[in-house]
Amino acid sequence: MRNLFAVAVLSSIYSFMMASVVLVLDAPDVALTEAAVGAGVGTVLIVGALYLTKTDESPPIHGMFLPLVVAAGTAAALLFGVSDTPPFGDPSNPVTALGPDYIARSIPETGIPNVVSSVLASYRGFDTLGETVVIFTAGIAVLMLLKRSPARRRGDGDKGG
Amino acid sequence: MSDLVAAASGFLDHYNQYITIFLMVSGLYIVIARGNMVKKLVGLSLFQSSVYLLYISAGKVHGGTAPIIDPGFTVYSHPLPHVLILTAIVVGIATLALGLALVVRINEAYGSIEEDEIFERDRDDK
Repeated sequence: MRNLFAVAVLSSIYSFMMASVVLVLDAPDVALTEAAVGAGVGTVLIVGALYLTKTDESPPIHGMFLPLVVAAGTAAALLFGVSDTPPFGDPSNPVTALGPDYIARSIPETGIPNVVSSVLASYRGFDTLGETVVIFTAGIAVLMLLKRSPARRRGDGDKGG
Repeated sequence: MSDLVAAASGFLDHYNQYITIFLMVSGLYIVIARGNMVKKLVGLSLFQSSVYLLYISAGKVHGGTAPIIDPGFTVYSHPLPHVLILTAIVVGIATLALGLALVVRINEAYGSIEEDEIFERDRDDK
């Protein structure tokens, strides 16, 4: 597929389907975020970048052999590790062992019935602060990268760039 | 025969992880094989979304429901992976925005978003 607008639309559809899968896996908060941020904001960002650059991809010039070997090697290593992991949805899974503890303590300790909110804002409040710092830094970096360009473009105009 | 059935059920018990591995490896392949930088970033977000799937499916409990406390339910899925992935989605979109801003800058400096054309120009400049 050489037209990059089609890639933007397909990645938006993919994000929306991933949101539906996550909703089926009992995570409505993640599904909402993925639909709004992944399928919405992400697509706006990609289409905006395409508007500022080029919308067509040139045909590839090097072969696909080496990437395929790397991808197949990674897949083999990951498949080798799967057999040691707990089965899907098993309640005795060590990953979910602490779940009932969070559920039982949410209302007495924070008064919030949505446990995801209480963990996000209360038990892991510093994590959320760190996340905000990351977004802030990324926003400043994007502004610095894009704000410099008009002056540079005028300067490069003399050299024909 | 029972060995075969046991092997098959052992395989099916981990089907969420096979889907995760497939998505992760296709994202990795796109990042390495495609020369176009916007496509590379789309591949990177594919890779990231496979990690979302890995975490959320690990927190799923059979017969459970969403972790919002209600007297009608007793079994809930694990809320902690949901919180971690909420953070990861937002950080993922921040990296996507930064990557796309870099692509826009590269396009202004080199007039191209294709990796091999950029390498070509660098070689010519030397």
